[in-house]
Amino acid sequence: MVTQNTTGKGWLKLSIPSWISGCGSVIFTVLITMVGLLFVTFIIGRVMPIDPVLSIVGESASRATYEAAYQELGLDKPLLVQFFIFLRDIAQGNFGESLLTARPVSQDLLRVFPATMELATMGTIVGVLLGVPLGVIAAVKRGSWIDHIARVVALVGYSMPVFWIGLIGLLILYGKLGWVGGPGRLDIFYVDIIPRVTGMILVDSLLAGDMVVFRNAISHIVLPAGLLAYYSLAYISRMTRSFMLEQLDQEYIITARVKGLSESAVIWRHAFGNVKVPLVTVIALSYAALLEGSVLTETIFSWPGIGSYITTALLSADMNAVLGGTVVVGLVFVCLNIFSDLLYKFFDPRAR
Amino acid sequence: MNILRKLLFSMAAVALFATAHSVCAKTPDNMLVIANRIDDINTLDPAQSFEFAGSDLIRNVYGKLVNFDPADLSKGYQPDLAESWTVSEDGKTITFKMRPGIKFHSGNPVMAKDAVFSLQRAVKLNKTPAFILTQFGFTADNADKAIKLIDDMTFSITTDKKYATSFVLNCLTSTIGAIIDSETVLAHVKDGDFGNDWLKTHSAGSGAYILVNWKPNESYTLKSNPDFYLGAPKMTKVIVRHIAESATQRLLLEKGDIDLARNLNPQDITGIKGNSDLSVYNDLRGRIMYISMNQKDPNLAKPKVVEALKYLIDYKGMQDSFLKGQYTIHQSFLPKTYLGEIDDTPYKFDVAKGKALLKEAGLADGFELKIIVREAQERIEIAQSVQNTFSQAGINVSIEVGTGKQTLAKYRAREHQIYVGAWGPDYPDPNTNAGTFAYNPDNSDEAKATGILAWRNSWFIPEMSKATLAAVQEGDRAKRAAMYQAIQRDHQQRAPFAIMFQKIEQTGQRSNVKGLNTGGAITAVSYWPITK
Repeated sequence: MVTQNTTGKGWLKLSIPSWISGCGSVIFTVLITMVGLLFVTFIIGRVMPIDPVLSIVGESASRATYEAAYQELGLDKPLLVQFFIFLRDIAQGNFGESLLTARPVSQDLLRVFPATMELATMGTIVGVLLGVPLGVIAAVKRGSWIDHIARVVALVGYSMPVFWIGLIGLLILYGKLGWVGGPGRLDIFYVDIIPRVTGMILVDSLLAGDMVVFRNAISHIVLPAGLLAYYSLAYISRMTRSFMLEQLDQEYIITARVKGLSESAVIWRHAFGNVKVPLVTVIALSYAALLEGSVLTETIFSWPGIGSYITTALLSADMNAVLGGTVVVGLVFVCLNIFSDLLYKFFDPRAR
Repeated sequence: MNILRKLLFSMAAVALFATAHSVCAKTPDNMLVIANRIDDINTLDPAQSFEFAGSDLIRNVYGKLVNFDPADLSKGYQPDLAESWTVSEDGKTITFKMRPGIKFHSGNPVMAKDAVFSLQRAVKLNKTPAFILTQFGFTADNADKAIKLIDDMTFSITTDKKYATSFVLNCLTSTIGAIIDSETVLAHVKDGDFGNDWLKTHSAGSGAYILVNWKPNESYTLKSNPDFYLGAPKMTKVIVRHIAESATQRLLLEKGDIDLARNLNPQDITGIKGNSDLSVYNDLRGRIMYISMNQKDPNLAKPKVVEALKYLIDYKGMQDSFLKGQYTIHQSFLPKTYLGEIDDTPYKFDVAKGKALLKEAGLADGFELKIIVREAQERIEIAQSVQNTFSQAGINVSIEVGTGKQTLAKYRAREHQIYVGAWGPDYPDPNTNAGTFAYNPDNSDEAKATGILAWRNSWFIPEMSKATLAAVQEGDRAKRAAMYQAIQRDHQQRAPFAIMFQKIEQTGQRSNVKGLNTGGAITAVSYWPITK
């Protein structure tokens, strides 16, 4: 048995190196996931009671105009054929043209996704920087006032409707106090003065070395990013707390303390060291959720991101845009999954 | 932990630093900043655009042969790129003489060939608004002959029949009548698309403003055209930002970050009324609210019942409560600011009169009625008000709420009793509404004239249809207006349409903004007369 096993492994190693088979299986998983995702979205888009042709030509168009648009969209073909045509185009990087914006969907996505990415990244960074320590402290000082405050903060974060808290935030911080910039990514005067490189204004303005625009962009992003940060903070701090509690009850912690290690070493090196791996998943998921774009935040802050793009498209049966957006969101999820798998290996030698 | 602390500290510092510099409101004196919902723009090609926000943009970027003067819309169409025109004796051919000395934004002179190209192109492209031109008998096949170049500055159009000159010219003021720079567009033609793909996102006009860019669902920017023939606009830059939320628009307006807020809801309008820095600009739009009574129903077919129901609507009550500020009482089918508009409001809520009329019709004990209405807040509220007031005369009303598609399907199939409807005119000529409210020469089911409101309500009006057709052919503008006035008065008496309200659009503006005109019911906003 033992000999057989080693031979087997050796044979495998000879023919396909493990990293190739690893990559292969990752690619396979990605493909299956994406095709499944696209199929479901496609079907939902087709059974929706909205006529995509009417949304292009309008009510008063003549029959001939309607027919022409109908054929142009390829709606006269069978559903399955439409789906395969769509898959073929996507494989060539062609998402088609959006009905609403009259531009290639890929171009639209390049415009809206960086806006969301900027917001989500800022939100997640702040959420992690505040949420993790808060969760750790709440776990260490379990039952103390700080734990209660952390719980209330998280609860409020979960349950406050974003449109309300967003508007109140705008009203007070922008309207009354003038501490932050208003809706939109920049003040009107600063729009379009820095060259577009990444589409993320914070990054582009730094690249251009334009601190005035950078400061303006910061003043605009503070509030919406803070709002998103609050939400991810609520989630991250609660999860951190429960992971930490679990670790702090373990016997190795007692051992470490008995050994005379300092309290911060016990907490941060030992307990937190073991929390990192599950925490990566939590953070990756909450980041991914923000990258999907939060429609309400984007609407209130007039932030031209992917969430409102997909929603507007969906409501007007602009299926190319919806499917293109779905592909991007799907890819983001898959990539973040792969990335957190890599981080596991980094943090946890056993997973290597 | 140390690193964390430093990071947090520096972040807080950055935030403070940034915010200290952001308190610079007030838009520059030569810049007009507007908040509007512009997510309906899906093309900038005048031959294709058929949405409000798109018409706003195109009106300011393109010149037309004839146009409305924002200083006084009631003057009707005025010469724009066409300096003058003559009409042939048979009334079928109009010959236009172009205004000399006007240039497109590209620098090319505006000539007759551009006008010919623009109109032929719109007909041949045959996109949504093409019916505005093709109703005069232009087709892809005859366009080259019917729209004819005569010399550098002269061209003519020949319609298939005699039409009122005012009808043709009114239609040419709509978006599809925009005159395009033919040389620029021809350079961008792809696979015989007449440059449609390029013009979707670019412009080639001669108007007061030049398109800088359009970012879908985000903003568009215009800069002034220093060579505009009526004088360079005072506002050298116009930026329209897509702000979906009324509350957000209000906040920006109060703060001075925008000059105009185009989509404030009634609560926010009320909210800004006390603010001396702001004012509210009211304008009438083309949308009309009505209820209609299907003449296939034996009770509703009785003229006395139709009349009675018109007295059983609480027009004023609705106007002053849930429609306050958004709709005004209007009881004829042409919106105000249209040629031939009338101001008559013969019907008031009068239960006694309604009851008396029902008695004359032999329905003193009332009867059962069903209202169908689509799931839109204001229409449902109208249906409920009508349900209440009808019941005071013993009519037992039930309301059926459906999606827009469901109710419209029933309406088009003539299966309703009472329908709560809204109607928006398609082009700035009275025929757009007369042709649907007051025209139904063939009432048979086979006619399937589902686009005509009179047919949908099975209202057979051979005489009125003739009058409507005659009005379409009357060459004299004043006589034509009188004809529409007569038709509307007759319509008010007899029609199974209780026309109730006309839309008011309210725009919030900074008090220093002067000269705004959002276009009434007949056209779109004009930015060029605005000063600050």
